[in-house]
Amino acid sequence: MNAARTLATARRVLRQLAHDPRTVALLLLVPVLLLVLLYYVFDADRRSFDSIGASLLGIFPLVTMFLVTSIATLRERTSGTLERLLSMPLGKADLILGYALAFGALAVVQASVATGVAVWLLDLNIVGSPWLLLLIALLDALLGTALGLFVSAFAASEFQVVQFMPAMVFPQILLCGLFAPRSSMQPALEAISNVLPMSYAVDGMTEVLKHPDATGDFVRDAVIVAGSALLVLFLGAATLRRRTA
Amino acid sequence: MMNKPPPERTGTPGDGRPAVHAHGLTVVRGSRRVLDGLTFDIAPGTVTGLLGPSGSGKSTLIRAIVGTQAKVTGTLDVLGRPAGSAPLRSRVGYVTQSPSVYADLTARQNLDYYAAVLGIPRTDRAAAVDQALTDVDLTSHADDLAGNLSGGQSSRVSLAVALLGTPELLVLDEPTVGLDPVLRRDLWNLFHRLAARGTTLLISSHVMDEADRCEHLLLVRDGTLLAADTPQALRETTGSDTVEDAFLKLVESARDGATTSARPHPAAQAQHSQHAQNTQQTQQAQESQHSRRGTS
Repeated sequence: MNAARTLATARRVLRQLAHDPRTVALLLLVPVLLLVLLYYVFDADRRSFDSIGASLLGIFPLVTMFLVTSIATLRERTSGTLERLLSMPLGKADLILGYALAFGALAVVQASVATGVAVWLLDLNIVGSPWLLLLIALLDALLGTALGLFVSAFAASEFQVVQFMPAMVFPQILLCGLFAPRSSMQPALEAISNVLPMSYAVDGMTEVLKHPDATGDFVRDAVIVAGSALLVLFLGAATLRRRTA
Repeated sequence: MMNKPPPERTGTPGDGRPAVHAHGLTVVRGSRRVLDGLTFDIAPGTVTGLLGPSGSGKSTLIRAIVGTQAKVTGTLDVLGRPAGSAPLRSRVGYVTQSPSVYADLTARQNLDYYAAVLGIPRTDRAAAVDQALTDVDLTSHADDLAGNLSGGQSSRVSLAVALLGTPELLVLDEPTVGLDPVLRRDLWNLFHRLAARGTTLLISSHVMDEADRCEHLLLVRDGTLLAADTPQALRETTGSDTVEDAFLKLVESARDGATTSARPHPAAQAQHSQHAQNTQQTQQAQESQHSRRGTS
């Protein structure tokens, strides 16, 4: 691992994004517009908006970073640039962390805009600090980046990689407690939801919604989400092979 | 990393050891032997052409040399070390067949990133990038997105990446495909200038008329090495006028050696007349190129 190469990789990914302003605009605006939509959907039920809105603040970054990263790394694999990089003195960790840094930075901006709009314009009513919301959103974005890197190894085309989104992310959204409390699910599903990282992201958001300070549960949730992201990043690194058939 | 000489520099001109040494090199992909027991040496500071039809295993051999090919058996030493070992990663430049550059970065940004990956210090990076762009004659397009460049231009960006950090061995997979003849000549001149500086070059091509631009040739077909010699020696030993003819004769003698029947297969005969026609066209192309060179 080498800090200069990691930073160069992060800067390169950000430069690529800079040449694609439409993608950046979509990344930043779509979550905000969806929150506004949600606000009016729950026009008569502000309490539901609070809980669902807070959960969505954690889910958006995961979904968007998953898509962006999985396609970006799939392109890297199919265009030959990955093969070239791995024939050069670039460590796998340099590449993975470079991506994580660049998309992490983008996620900070995305989550800040979405959280800011939700809290100040849409009066999302949270008891805790918006900074804690932002922290969970950022960890979620990292988890999305890690999952995207990982699944890109199992997709041969952009069609396939996009299908991994419903396959890997939708079940987590269904089971994370957004639609029904996890404790009220069929016990087998509850057990599954206990091992899915998004469940902890949404639990963390709910803690911030209800408690003024970072509770022990919040800390546990944040650590689990961060740990899952790291674990999946390591798995993603393992899918990078210098020698391929 | 780049400005410090590695402790051991073998395979460079002067020490008498080959830049690439292969013995019984075999690559298996799936159930197929893509390369079957290749044995050859590449002398340092030379331009070696790797010639063969597409599907003959050229790219696989190149990937084995740069260390990106899996399931390589036999001996393969590059610059005195096993192919693909970590210290070689900054000493071997590699150009893939299709340009491996980022379409959504400018030519300069591409080079800047790869230069950073190669460990060229920040202060020297801009100069190294400019030099590489000049070498491939792309300074006027330096700030265009690689994705907006023509095929030939983006493959030159890819080539420029390989020139960064003055590698000791440059391995180029079909670098001149689709280029205009003037540019093709300029690139070959560049390759020879690099060789004169002591760089070893291995250049693959399926166009036989590029053979005479190389000092040494490796002819491959169906994953086996037909011959390894200078273009002149190949023509003389086979009694042919062109390397393409020499290639055909070698293929035929290999086939005759393998089968007891001396009668040529009708399909092979048809193929031969087709090739003879191609050879004629190639010769004409070469002549017109020569005359153009005379006027320029």
